Amino acid sequence: MAQADPLLFWRMNGISKHYGGVRALENVGLTVERGRIHAVLGENGAGKSTLIKIMSGVVQPDSGSTELEGRPVRFASPGEAMLAGVVAIFQELSLVPDLTIAENICAPEPPRRFGLIDRRAQRRRAEELLARVHCEDLHPDEIVRNLPLSRRQMIEIARALGRSPKLLILDEATSALTAVDVERIYGILDRLRKDGLAIVFISHRLREITTFADDCSVFRNGRRVDTFAKGSKTDAEIVKLMIGRDYNDVFPAKSARAGAAAPLLEVANLNWGDRLAGIGLVVRKGEIVGLGGLDGQGQRELLLALFGVLRGVDASIKVRGKRTRINSPHQAKRRSVGMALIPEDRKTEGLVLPLSVRDNISLAAVDRFARGGLIRTRAEIEAVKGAFQTLSIQARGADVPVGTLSGGNQQKVVIAKWLLTDADLILLNDPTRGIDVGTKQEIYKLLRNLAEAGKGALFYSTDYAELIGCCDRVVILFEGRIVRELAGDELTEQKILSAAFNLPDEEKAACAAVH
Amino acid sequence: MTRVLQQLDRPVVIAFGFILVLLILGGIYNQQFLSGLYLLQQLRVASFLGIIASGVMVVILLGHIDLSIPWVVTIGGITATAVAGWWGASWTALGVPLAIACGALVGLANGFGVAFLRIPSMVFTLGMNAVVQGMVVMYTGGNAPPDQATPILQWLAVRDTFHLPHAVIVWAIVGVLVMVALRRTPFGRYVYAIGNSERVSYLSGISTRTILIIAFVTSGACSAFAGAMLAGYAGKAYQAMGDPFLLPAIAAVVLGGTSILGGRGNYLGTVAGVILITLLESILSVMQISDSARQIIYGAMIIVMMLVYGRDRRVEG
Amino acid sequence: MRSGSLKGVRLWFARNNGALFALVLFIAMFALYVAKNGVGVRTGLITAVANKGVLLALVAMAQTLPILTSGLDLSVGMIFVLTNCIASTILSGPPWLVAAGVAAVLLSGVICGAINGALVVYGRLQPIIATLATGAVYNGLALLVRPVPGGSIEPTFAAVLTTQIFDVVPTTLVILLAVVLAIWLPFQLSTTGRGCYAIGSSESAAYMTGIAVRRSRLAAYMFAGLLAAIGGLLLTAMTLSGDASAVSGGIYTLSSIAAVVIGGTSLMGGVGGAVGSIFGAFVLREVSDLLFVFDIQPLVQPFIQGLILLGAVSLGALRVLRARSRLEFLGVGR
Repeated sequence: MAQADPLLFWRMNGISKHYGGVRALENVGLTVERGRIHAVLGENGAGKSTLIKIMSGVVQPDSGSTELEGRPVRFASPGEAMLAGVVAIFQELSLVPDLTIAENICAPEPPRRFGLIDRRAQRRRAEELLARVHCEDLHPDEIVRNLPLSRRQMIEIARALGRSPKLLILDEATSALTAVDVERIYGILDRLRKDGLAIVFISHRLREITTFADDCSVFRNGRRVDTFAKGSKTDAEIVKLMIGRDYNDVFPAKSARAGAAAPLLEVANLNWGDRLAGIGLVVRKGEIVGLGGLDGQGQRELLLALFGVLRGVDASIKVRGKRTRINSPHQAKRRSVGMALIPEDRKTEGLVLPLSVRDNISLAAVDRFARGGLIRTRAEIEAVKGAFQTLSIQARGADVPVGTLSGGNQQKVVIAKWLLTDADLILLNDPTRGIDVGTKQEIYKLLRNLAEAGKGALFYSTDYAELIGCCDRVVILFEGRIVRELAGDELTEQKILSAAFNLPDEEKAACAAVH
Repeated sequence: MTRVLQQLDRPVVIAFGFILVLLILGGIYNQQFLSGLYLLQQLRVASFLGIIASGVMVVILLGHIDLSIPWVVTIGGITATAVAGWWGASWTALGVPLAIACGALVGLANGFGVAFLRIPSMVFTLGMNAVVQGMVVMYTGGNAPPDQATPILQWLAVRDTFHLPHAVIVWAIVGVLVMVALRRTPFGRYVYAIGNSERVSYLSGISTRTILIIAFVTSGACSAFAGAMLAGYAGKAYQAMGDPFLLPAIAAVVLGGTSILGGRGNYLGTVAGVILITLLESILSVMQISDSARQIIYGAMIIVMMLVYGRDRRVEG
Repeated sequence: MRSGSLKGVRLWFARNNGALFALVLFIAMFALYVAKNGVGVRTGLITAVANKGVLLALVAMAQTLPILTSGLDLSVGMIFVLTNCIASTILSGPPWLVAAGVAAVLLSGVICGAINGALVVYGRLQPIIATLATGAVYNGLALLVRPVPGGSIEPTFAAVLTTQIFDVVPTTLVILLAVVLAIWLPFQLSTTGRGCYAIGSSESAAYMTGIAVRRSRLAAYMFAGLLAAIGGLLLTAMTLSGDASAVSGGIYTLSSIAAVVIGGTSLMGGVGGAVGSIFGAFVLREVSDLLFVFDIQPLVQPFIQGLILLGAVSLGALRVLRARSRLEFLGVGR
């Protein structure tokens, strides 16, 4: 009865998935056609990741059916999905850190000889695939653990290509890549599309999707809200579909400050190994200073160095005018210093997932609730309630495990934790990565409110729009040094780019941006 | 009362359930089992294990383990009984504090190795166990320690007040201290946080190294204290007196619902686990079951109980 | 063809430096022992050293596999003892019966390992607790088989195993080599074997990659049982009897863990190998030989052995001193 549409590759119907009481997906249908790139958009918690996991066999749906090329299929494991030609690349990388590149690329079915793995053939295959993603400089026997995130993501993609996929799924697969690599990936995907591959693509980069994808499906609260073809909706309309409300004034107004306020943080001549050299900057009260530049130029390391996580940091640091040495986050948290760090990866650096929301929020400040060694529970509960209100945290109560919250709310819990310590200087390590638009706005507002209250912030972001919209000043790092500082009228994307590439002139920057 | 019940999670309830089952089975086998006197005696014997388990539970909650228990117990027993021989009879009161200090010192070394040198606790405490054994051998010349148990030790370990064994009271005090520390102090919060993720705890400004050291010091002190009391109970310290306590202590903690990986566990569960194991060993010896069968039953029981509630969460995406 | 081949060699060295270090350490210690013992290198001496070392080496190899999967086998010493007792009971009679007996002993080791593996994989129990409990069970079984030390083994068979081949090379070393070539290397090069490394490195990544996690883990514990059984067999040949000694089992279990660590295998799993554990075992054995030869007072020996154990595992601490970010050794992360 079902007519076989030659282009129709993948159809899902009535897919639902619940986790405990949380409804991840509700009666979702999706069709993907060959030779087209299908983008999936939506805020965090909208169900995109669950959808991908079901498609690739990592989890099983509670109900619903899936058809591959007209035949019903059900994948009980990622292995089965791979055999059927459905290959996924996830946000959390699935490379085994202590295995070599070649072993990772060829797993789980490496070339064999007499029943044992043929290492030479494995190496050769890895070299071929690495060449396809333009990573010939990587040696196949290199251990994955020693490679930076961007390289690892390229290896993941190489591996996916090696599995001769019929349906390729990318879940935020370009989020950690450098701009150059991203372009390469688009080139590869474009070629695959022409070869007849079906591609499903999740990304938070709206601009990227609207130029790149053929079809877009928007998800909200576990349901598919709409599917439309490229070019048929404006950015504003798409965002409205995603968050269900109007998208105005993303960035709160910056305050006009007359005259410089007292400095909170003064860094002079900070050096760390060969990664940071001669860094000097100032953060004043009420200021949000941005850290910009290309990926991996030392921004993350700078924040970690200030927070006391790195060893062998050679620097002259003054907090509120007094010289200080910070050798650990514990010292950074002290009242006399008052620093906070919102980390890069909330799941592995910001939250203790199995513990309750309350326990997480009070984690950094619980000693402030203690009197005579014992915790005053009521004071703690009040403080947590206050945090819920200030940040509009959406959760079924404070006692649920924080791991059940959506990404955006989880990030709010991380911020709440640090707010409770009354920190004066807040370091932010790419805090809005992978977070839905609505929560991002709330975080921007919060940051500005904190600045108005006299606190200072050092804000690293990979999103130039964010830097321009939120920060009063932006310093650009290049190869571990500060090469430029931009403020006021000079704070434009073009100038940031030009400084990021360490170009002296603007025309070259214009060329670089176009590639 | 309901709040207390709410705080008991499943493993604790199951453990207490098993205790009931054992008591009933034992009662069927022999009426004496359910006599008050017998039960109190069981509690007394359980207290030594209980004190050790209290200390090691904190270490396990952090995701670590303390394999130096056997010889720290021994050195505790020897120190507590030998003090009179060293400095004269007027110093016997120092026996127990000195023993505890010894244990704490070993714990300090363990904590240093694990927190600063980042050597896996399993390996470091194992080595420390051998070192402490070496020290004991050097001191005693390999012979049985000559000193008798002092009156203080006997008072703690053997005497009762109104039929309530002092040993049980001591255990109760230690237990309350540990429970309060775990539930109502920042230290306790830090322990559970570190046990779940040391990385996040560190980045949240917690002095993870200090907490680790405190935990190992606690474990060492508890083990040595138990050793001192054991010496009082047995009348003297003896070689390898701590050996029979390592596995039961860990088993008791785990049977009580504490995850061996850390981050999860309730002290009441440990209490249940200790009583359970003590009862089991006692019943098996009373039934005069042969050594071989006892080992098998002991092991099989732990496996069965763990299968009922000690499972790992499945790895899913 | 690629400038990569030199780099490939360099990478190989980097991956195996733990095992290489243990080997160098052993050679140095052995040289010291030979120099000091006044007797020089004699066949009888080498055989004695080899025999003692091979026993621990086999148990250490057995322990390596579960550790690679980021687990642990606390029953490995007991399997060693149990198979020793079984061997002391059934290894006598005509050659074909002896051969069948050998097969039975090895099979019993595999079964023990399979039980361990099943509890961990299907029962989803933590390895430490599961093997703690099964260790007690195997101890009990050993006591059932051999309530008092005794038993026997076909004498010529035992002699063959414990002396030399061609009057020079200790047979036990040849057996060890055969085990490495016929059991360990093929396992390491099989997908199941690589799967063990993957699981130890990152179980979730291994699962998402489609690696057969359960099969690899089960295989690890089964091979551990097999290797421990080979050790038990050799022990019977050396002592010509069986002894259900829980103490001995415990010592072998703990020493095997130490040997694995000294040999460069990480307790977190994913890194290392059985060959390094062999060198680690020999290093441990040499410690007692050296103490003897340097006339260290017998009473002080356990203390020194403990210190050396502690020192050896502290070598891992060197990694810590080199770390530039404290996040490097705090678990999950880049």
